[in-house]
Order: sequence, then C-alpha cells, then structure tokens
Amino acid sequence: MPEIVLREALKRGLEEALENDPRVFMMGEDIGEYGGAYAVTDGFLKKFGPERIKDTPISEQAFLGAGIGAAAAGLRPIVEFMSISFSLVAFDQIVNMAANLRYMSGGQISVPMVIRAPTGAGVQLGATHSQSFETWLAEVPGMKVVCPSTPYDALGLMRSAIKDDNPVLVAEPALLYGAKGEVPDEYYEIEIGKADVTREGSDITLVSYGYGMHPTNAAANTLAERGVSVEVIDLRSLSPIDMDALVASVQKTNRIVVVDTARRRGGVMAEVAADLQQRASEWLDGPVMRVGSVDVPWPYNRGLEQEVLAAVADVLAAVAEGYGL
Amino acid sequence: MASSTKSSSKSSSKSAKSSKNGKSGAKGLDESDVGARTDHLELFRQMYLIRQFEIACGENYSKGLIGGFLHLYIGQEASGVGAISTLRDDDYIVSHYRDHGHALARGLDINRSMAELFGRSTGTSKGKGGSMHLFDVAKRFMGGHAIVAGQLPLAAGLALAQQYNKTDALTMCFFGDGSTNQGIYHETMNLAAIWKLPVLFFLENNMYGMGSSIERVRAGGIDFCPSMATYGIPAVEVDGMDVLAVREATEIAVERIRKGDGPQFIEAKTFRFVGHSLSDGQKYRGQEEVKEWEERDPVATFPTRLIEMGLATADQIAETKASVDEAIAKAVEFAEQSPEPDLSEIHNDVFA
Repeated sequence: MPEIVLREALKRGLEEALENDPRVFMMGEDIGEYGGAYAVTDGFLKKFGPERIKDTPISEQAFLGAGIGAAAAGLRPIVEFMSISFSLVAFDQIVNMAANLRYMSGGQISVPMVIRAPTGAGVQLGATHSQSFETWLAEVPGMKVVCPSTPYDALGLMRSAIKDDNPVLVAEPALLYGAKGEVPDEYYEIEIGKADVTREGSDITLVSYGYGMHPTNAAANTLAERGVSVEVIDLRSLSPIDMDALVASVQKTNRIVVVDTARRRGGVMAEVAADLQQRASEWLDGPVMRVGSVDVPWPYNRGLEQEVLAAVADVLAAVAEGYGL
Repeated sequence: MASSTKSSSKSSSKSAKSSKNGKSGAKGLDESDVGARTDHLELFRQMYLIRQFEIACGENYSKGLIGGFLHLYIGQEASGVGAISTLRDDDYIVSHYRDHGHALARGLDINRSMAELFGRSTGTSKGKGGSMHLFDVAKRFMGGHAIVAGQLPLAAGLALAQQYNKTDALTMCFFGDGSTNQGIYHETMNLAAIWKLPVLFFLENNMYGMGSSIERVRAGGIDFCPSMATYGIPAVEVDGMDVLAVREATEIAVERIRKGDGPQFIEAKTFRFVGHSLSDGQKYRGQEEVKEWEERDPVATFPTRLIEMGLATADQIAETKASVDEAIAKAVEFAEQSPEPDLSEIHNDVFA
C-alpha cells in the first residue's frame, strides 16, 4: 500500500470533494494565494479558482458565520482556522449558530459545514497557539468532532465529515502533518462515531486519540516488551464517543488508562472516565486511570513545554500506579 | 429627525428621495399608480396585524401562557413592513430577537407563529424556538437570532450562496442600533463589501439597546450612515415611521443589489413604544419622548393618510381591522388548543 503523509491525506480528501461536488468550497485565512499556513491547500487556488478557494480577512467570526449561512442555503463549505486557538474568537458562531440552528428551528435548517483546525502543543508556540479546544466543542450538542492520528484515518474521516449534513470539526494534530502512513488507492470512508481497536490485547486497555496516540503506542510497545498484552483504542471521534467499544474492551482486559495530550482537566477523557466508572466498574480491577497534560497555560521554553505535554513516561506511570503492571 | 430619507453617499443621493418630496417615487404615494391601491391597504393590514398580534402576545404573556422573554416590536411596524414588501419569494430574511414583525410581514402563518410563542407542538419550530427564534425556511425566513449582531454573518453567508449560485436573489438582514458596537458587526460589513455580497443591511435604529440610549454608548452619535463610508457601502437614512418612505428607499437598494452593486445599508430611524421586554420598567427614558414618537404611530396615522389621499375608504380600513382582529383571536385560540410537544421530541432535531 502506498505511504503518504497526513497533510497529503487531508489534501486528497479536500481535493476530491472539490472535484466531485460543486457545492463544496473553502474559506480561510491565507488558504489561497499563500497556500495555507500548513500547506494543506497549496495549489488549490490555481486549480479551483477564487470563487471556491476564498481567502478571508482576519475575521474568524465573520467568515465562520458566513460559512454557516452558506451551509444553511445548501452549499457545503469547508472553513479553516489557522489554529484551533483562534476558534475561540468565533465560538459564539460555532455554538450559538452552527450547533443550535437545527434544534431551535425545529429541524428546518441543517448546517453541512466542515471546520478544519490544527490543534495541539509541542512546537513552542506558547500559550495562545498550543491549545486543544476540540475537547470543549465535543461537549456541544449538534456538533460532531473528529481527530485523526494517521493519514488513513485523516482521509477517511475527512470524506465522512464533508458528506455529513451536520457541522463537523476536524481537529488536525499539528505535530502529525508530516506523519507517514499507508493509504490505499481504493475509496473508503470512516464512520464518525466509531473508535478503532488499533492493537488487540488482553491485559490492559490504553485509549487515546490524535497526537495522544503517539505516547500511547510507545507505552504499549514498552509494556509488550515486558510481556504485557495491551489493547490500544483510537477514539477518532470525540463526539459522538464510541463508549460501547471502550466498555467491550474493558470487559476483556479489566484495566484501562485514558490518555490525552490536551490539558488533563475537563475535556473528553474526563467524560470517558466518568462514563466508564458508571458503565464498566463491575469489570474493572482498578480505577480508571487518567493521563493528560499539566493544567497550566502552555509555556514557550522547550524543556518546560515537553514537561507539560503528556508523554510515554506518564502513561507508564499511570499503568503502574493503577494496576501494578 | 429626518422626515423621510436622506442620503450619506453620493451614489445614493439622487434616487433615495422621500415619498413626499420625490416626484415619482418608485412606488410611493403616486395616484397614477393604479395597482398601488391594494398594495397600500395591504401594507396597513400587515402593520395592523403585527400590532394586534403583539398586543395579544402581551396579554397572554401576562397570563403566563407565553414564557421566557417577550420583546415587542410595537411602534416599529412601518420599518419591517415597508422593507419586506419589496422582496421576492427567493430572497432570504434574517432577523434579530425582536422578530415577530418581520416574521408576520414575510407571511409566516399567524397560527403557527402564535403557537410557537405558546411553546406548542404546532409552532413554527415545534415549540423548541420560542419568541426570539421564529423560523420558516419555506418562506426563506431564516430566523430570529438572539445573540446581538450574531445574525449578521449568517446573512452574509446566505448572500454568499446566492452569489455563488449566480442568482440575482438577495438577503435582507435586520439588526438594531445595539448591535453596531459588536466586533462581528464590523467584520461582517467589511467581508460583505470586499466580496460584494448581495445583502441589504437594514438597521432599525430605535434609539435604545435595551436601556442604553445609543447616544450614550456610541462614539459617532445617533446617525449611522456616515460611518458606512469606511466600508464603501452605500447608505441611506429613512424615516422608519413612514412605511412608504421605507418601501421606496428599500426598493432602490434592492434594485442595486440585484444589479450586482454589492451590499447596501439602510438606517430606519424608529422607536419602540414599549419596553425592551415586558419586564422593562423604562426608568431610562422619559414618557415625553415616548409620547412624541407615538404621535407618529404608523398604525394610527397611515389609515388617515390613505383616506386623505383617496387610496382607501374608511370602510375598507374598518373591514381590514375587523378581519385581522378575528384572525388574531383565532390564532390565540389555535395556540391555546394546540398540544404541548411530546417529551420524545427532546432528542429530535439535534442532528440532521
């Protein structure tokens, strides 16, 4: 199977949608002439023209809101934030409009819009550019939220997101744009709301998503070397969350550690942990252990930032503390 | 206060004349305009309908049959009715939380609108929206919106779709003076201007954002048109108490948008005779001011004007009123007798 990087996988998903559906167009800051801050849309302006690849002013509220209006009128906009931290500027539009419109109109309006945004820390951008607000938006009814960790998932989830008739946030781990992985030429999609058991095992379950899969997979390798049979689950979708897959895994392994490289407090894994203790405590041999990044604003200094970022040592420590493995 | 329209941009000064001063206003009070008779009476009917609908809303709010907040449009009817009368069926309308008037002027079913306020299953949003969130997509009425200024980019996006689909349809966006100090207001004006979107920004300046007079909270004073030069959006001010002046000014703006001239801005100076909502004691303004504006009440003065001009008879006015009164009574009855939403509805309409 051919190998491509995650950036290319996203690009392929966007490109085929633009080619196949005239209702699809893109908006964002510097996605056209400049080619996109992370080069995902490089070459699109030339190929699809300025009507479909729209450079916007630095006005997140206005262009995100305009995306909602265009979607309500039947188009299928794909709107890019240069960083998920910038989504805060437009949260009113995302929550009050995109997510609420369908409900408060009694089902009359749908908002088939994709919001793309690079997410996560690790590249020394400091407090305002390193956050992971997919965890906040995963709480909002009416929103779907996905976050891929591999090129394969990135393409499959992007295809589903664009076809979905609801607002879908595709959180793109900024550290993974250059990550390589196998992607088949044959068409496939990945259903939003389905987790992926990426490694089967019987002693303990490790669950994460996005960039968090890296320390999680590394911890699984180390544990395997010690003879521990590890099951690894990639959530892929943060809203809806595939709790059934997690409960099924716990029934098999009786142990679970949830891992997030976003800040530990609140967030998706708090939700997962709370649901697990309610739905799976009878099968658990110990507490649902949580790993997350330190609850401080993201520091700039590399040493400080790496210390804050949840890492493989933190996962192994949680496994040892919770289950003595 | 402008008696009807005045212009702040060179491009609009020629055509945006008042119905009183203009020699041949597009569809103003021109007796040679034969087809205008029913039009004029229909304008009155709509204004009267909105007034009576809202009086009924107030009564039923006091009885506890309508919940939440209730923001009435009483006094501002000429603005919405005049503006919306210029639109085609394929145009979109986006409104703010004081949305009953716009909804009814667009022809939303009064029974279903009243039922929505009562929170009943027969309501326009099946009882899930309420007073501030009336929608009827079939009529391209894309909502009352209750985060101040939040509806502006929605309108820009609807207009973007109209432009993208290469139609000459447009989007009319209503907002109040209170929304103009939000950042998103300025972002949207800029975006609409650089993309030449077919959107009509219709400011209903009723002089107060809740209890704050616009004079107190805006650096530029009470007139908005001069500020639109910043965006290069042609702007015209109109007397929002004069339904014909509003209609005429709007027709001109609409025509320009359909030609591809990009966004246009109208400021209608208007006034709500009642509080911000029904819980407003109006400590922030004197009754003198209210009385002064009430003398120009469009619902009270327009019939007299029509009769004087020979465009309607006293009998026609009386018949119109009687039929509206009957329809309102039926709407209240319909709402009261409609069932509450089934609890199973809670989980419907979250996702498409």
